[in-house]
Amino acid sequence: MAALIRCEDLWKIYRLGDVEVQALRGLDLTIESGEFVAIMGSSGSGKSTLMNILGCLDQPTNGRYWLNGVDVAGLRADQLADIRNQQIGFVFQSFNLIPRTSALENAQLPLFYRGVPLRDQRALATEALRRVGLQGREGHYPTQLSGGQQQRVAIARALVASPSLLLADEPTGNLDTESSREIMAILDQLNKEQGITIILVTHETDIAAYAGREIVIKDGRVLTDRHTKPVLPLSHSEA
Amino acid sequence: MPAFVLLTVLTAIRILSRNRLRAGLTMLGIVIGVGAVIAMVSIGEGAKAAVAQRVASMGTNVIIVLPGSMTTSGVRGGQGGAVTLTVADGMELKKRIPLLRDTGWAKRDVMQIVNGNKNWNGTVNGVSPSYLTIRDWSFSSGGPFTQQDVDAAARVALVGQTVAENLFDAGEEPVGAVIRIKNVPFRVIGVLSPKGQSSQGSDQDDIIFIPFSTAERKVFGTQFLGSVGALFASTERLEDLAPAASQIRDVIRVRHRLQPNQEDDFTIRTQVDIGKVQESTSETLTVMLFAIASVSLLVGGIGIMNILLVSVTERTREIGVRMAVGAKRRHIVMQFLIEAVTLSVVGGCLGIVVGVLGARVTTVIAGWPTIISAETVMAAFVFSIAVGLFFGLYPANKAARLNPIDALRYE
Repeated sequence: MAALIRCEDLWKIYRLGDVEVQALRGLDLTIESGEFVAIMGSSGSGKSTLMNILGCLDQPTNGRYWLNGVDVAGLRADQLADIRNQQIGFVFQSFNLIPRTSALENAQLPLFYRGVPLRDQRALATEALRRVGLQGREGHYPTQLSGGQQQRVAIARALVASPSLLLADEPTGNLDTESSREIMAILDQLNKEQGITIILVTHETDIAAYAGREIVIKDGRVLTDRHTKPVLPLSHSEA
Repeated sequence: MPAFVLLTVLTAIRILSRNRLRAGLTMLGIVIGVGAVIAMVSIGEGAKAAVAQRVASMGTNVIIVLPGSMTTSGVRGGQGGAVTLTVADGMELKKRIPLLRDTGWAKRDVMQIVNGNKNWNGTVNGVSPSYLTIRDWSFSSGGPFTQQDVDAAARVALVGQTVAENLFDAGEEPVGAVIRIKNVPFRVIGVLSPKGQSSQGSDQDDIIFIPFSTAERKVFGTQFLGSVGALFASTERLEDLAPAASQIRDVIRVRHRLQPNQEDDFTIRTQVDIGKVQESTSETLTVMLFAIASVSLLVGGIGIMNILLVSVTERTREIGVRMAVGAKRRHIVMQFLIEAVTLSVVGGCLGIVVGVLGARVTTVIAGWPTIISAETVMAAFVFSIAVGLFFGLYPANKAARLNPIDALRYE
């Protein structure tokens, strides 16, 4: 089975004035389809840069990145937008819902840019909201929802386009313990029941514990990479 | 794509209605600009139409020949100072120039006219019968005098509307009445239909016509028999005016024995020349209106651009989210352009309403004629779309060029 994500010798170098910052220094990474991976690391370790590159929001300075077998490096902005639209779902720490726009319309957003007919957009978004337990809240605005509910709308938005990869950047960072548990339960369920590959960035070990694999990044390279749960034979074929 | 555009328009309307005061103030520039343009253009068009009507009231394809100035020992008198044109000139023109449909002549003086115990000082014109047809005078009652009247120097008169109103009581029939012009009794045989103001602004209805011969012999006490105040001619077709005018010049120069180095002792004006003068006035007006329109739409457009730039900054995160879920640059450009155009079009429509009302109010209060043409309204509408597109382009591009990572991180 082909890896969903394969990175080889990724480099990312920023130039801030005269100072050169090497955010990634030859990082190698392979993630199989269906995995639930937690990426940990202190701030400045390069994990945000890695997430941006994995999410096709940014391009590496050097190195190769294959997503679903496609070499992403060197694609144009519009092609990257298509990949994000069709293959990747994002969940952010600060929810990033569009203000004064209903839960349903927020969840419709990726379909809107895909050019799906309006009726189908509504049906799919309603279904996505149902899956995160928000049926009956379609017309609510972000300000009328609790933090946990807003994050669930964000997950519905990430899910609606049936992506193969879901990137969650500190999804529980702004939530209380109870909401955090609910959100993680939803992510866990999506991974187990639908086989969606999830990459989670966190610095909380109890959150990371939901994942089956824990990767620690330090100084732009992988420091440790270990499976914390027995790997499902279906989704993992190498030693 | 149509679904995208429709939804973007709806989104734009919602976003704008979130901040109604701001959207309203932004649109105000366009509203005032378009409103002013519509009102001014309709006033301009109304004035133009009024002028065109006045020029038309001169008659159809008319050429006027006026006596020129008389030079006495190098001192040039004013126009019309000389008595150089004669009835014989007029008859010669008719004979020599086939292009002319008709020629006529007139001579005028202001005199006191009396009817019973009423009197009026009016312009008395001694004219040839053809003059009346050249100038398109028609009758509200009675009819014109004939060549027989001229030959017999009959004491018959035609009165204009203003004269009739001032000499006769309401309900009194002027036709058949006897009036006195400079104490000479005249029988009124016709009342002229009103023509209104002339292109110079004088009242064309304050007039009395009597046969040329009668005027010469019995009223004016002319020094030189046969001299006229002006010659009039008309052509069958509008295109013939210019060639006919130049032939008239040649004929009169020969008759007046002018040497090639001598100036004309007469002046020729055609209806087209007179129309042109009026047109150039209204063209100046149009240029000024265009300048006003440009300035106000420019100001309105800058207002839209300004508010959109603010909006782009405020919504940086939203733009980042949209990009993250798959919006391409053109989607973002479209979104902001549609917002700009929505603002300018709503503003433009309100402006059209304001302009139409403004024109109506002008007509009612100031009494100026106004014309609101569909073209003006359409042009204003199209212009407001163009303003939105033009001034929306920069903010929209600015939004689309945002880096999604920076936009998502923007606080």
